[in-house]
Amino acid sequence: MQQTQPTERRLIDVAPAFGHFKDVRQEYRLPSRADLVAIENISFDLRAGSLVSLLGPSGCGKTTFLKIVGGLIRASSGIIQINGEDVHGPHADFGMAFQQPNLMPWRSVLKNVLFPMELRGDTGTRVTRRARDLLELVGLEGFEDHYPAQLSGGMQQRVALCRALVHEPKLLLMDEPFGALDELTRMEMQDLLLNIRVKTNATIVFVTHSIAEAAYLSDVIVVFSKRPAVIADYIDVSLPYPRTAEIRYSVEFTELEHHAGRALGITR
Amino acid sequence: MIGSAHRLLYPLIGFAVIIVLWQGYVDVAHVSKIVLPSPMDILHASWQRSDLLVRETVPTMLESLYGFALAIVIGIPLAVCVVSSRVLNLTMYPILIATQSVPKVAVAPIILVWFGLGMQSKLAIAFLVAFFPIVVDTATGLQATPPGLLELARSLRASRWQTFWKVQFPAAMPFIFSGAKVAVTLAVIGAVIGEFVGSINGLGNLLLSANSQLDGPLAWAALVWLSALGIALFLGVVLAERLLMPWAEAGHH
Repeated sequence: MQQTQPTERRLIDVAPAFGHFKDVRQEYRLPSRADLVAIENISFDLRAGSLVSLLGPSGCGKTTFLKIVGGLIRASSGIIQINGEDVHGPHADFGMAFQQPNLMPWRSVLKNVLFPMELRGDTGTRVTRRARDLLELVGLEGFEDHYPAQLSGGMQQRVALCRALVHEPKLLLMDEPFGALDELTRMEMQDLLLNIRVKTNATIVFVTHSIAEAAYLSDVIVVFSKRPAVIADYIDVSLPYPRTAEIRYSVEFTELEHHAGRALGITR
Repeated sequence: MIGSAHRLLYPLIGFAVIIVLWQGYVDVAHVSKIVLPSPMDILHASWQRSDLLVRETVPTMLESLYGFALAIVIGIPLAVCVVSSRVLNLTMYPILIATQSVPKVAVAPIILVWFGLGMQSKLAIAFLVAFFPIVVDTATGLQATPPGLLELARSLRASRWQTFWKVQFPAAMPFIFSGAKVAVTLAVIGAVIGEFVGSINGLGNLLLSANSQLDGPLAWAALVWLSALGIALFLGVVLAERLLMPWAEAGHH
């Protein structure tokens, strides 16, 4: 496994970063064999407002790392800071979107989106307005009163996206949210995410195992190696904005994919 | 795809064939009414004695319904206790299983001694048989919450109370209803068992006394009314399910 980049480049020394991760390590105690190390020595900084992809092979521990950042899993060791504070558990300023939409079949689309606000006891007209605006933004106006079972997979994932954004999180954590969708829907959703990103200003950490997806969406690609996962590469993406479908066919895009492929050990 | 009209039509055809064969067999073989009355005899008895049958249906229905209601009111909270506490789970589950392995018919005479010949003893037996599927299915449902929904609740910092009422309980609703459907038919059986062992009224009582008077058509008519009662109560639960869980139908459009 090649490790081309020196560690220092990943840490921003100007001003405090939005997210700061240092030597994050996660191991699982197994009854039979030796302890299993899932991730090791993960250190990088997260710029405010950036979209960072965690790219790596399936089962490499990138989801584990995302859940550690989100406070759903406690790391075995290391420093995990968001906004200068140590992460001890899920935070009110975090939003999460999972690989499955995880909608509640008994709630209408609007009530699913409002769920995070309902837990906080805040479902006033202002919040409902915001939920409706989000649904409109993702092209689901008119579906507010439908049940999830009446929607396609892509539409369900859009609802999940609205739910992740309804409390206006500063940090959006996404775990392969488009992984279960067909290729065309997936590309649509990618454009939607870029659009949402401009409107919300949230910092986004995005887990994927698709090189093209990571290249298309990201400001930074953090490439994870196979287990035990370490950072194989940290790629600053210099593709221009706004990103449109044409960019996928540019030389720069292909070079970027090639670069990421090398870091993953797929291409040479 | 089979349409809703066919879903009703096919069982009706099957039912009609059985009735015709039955009627034909009784007519051709000259079977005694005491042994096996023909469908026409049963229909005739149902019509002629409808006052009596309606009068005897009421207590059986009430016994079943009250027993079923009691099973819901006690069974669901008990299931909640069983799944929410490890100690309660370990303490109560073996006891539940043990009580369930006792044959209800064998317990009925004892219950009669405790509660007498009136409605209470039937209600108690109906409750006993209806109770178990409700507890088991509710407990299963509460433990079968999709892990993704629980993780979502955790990521949104939902309290234990919120997680239970807003996630686990609604997710368990289909399980609770499937338990209730089994329970409501069992409740009717429980009520009849009670009436068999000792009673002053009810369809089970009527069936026994008609049988002992060798009134085959009336005994069979009581049986048909009992089945109709069971089906009606079952459909009542199905209706409640549709009203309380409109989303379950939503996917079939």
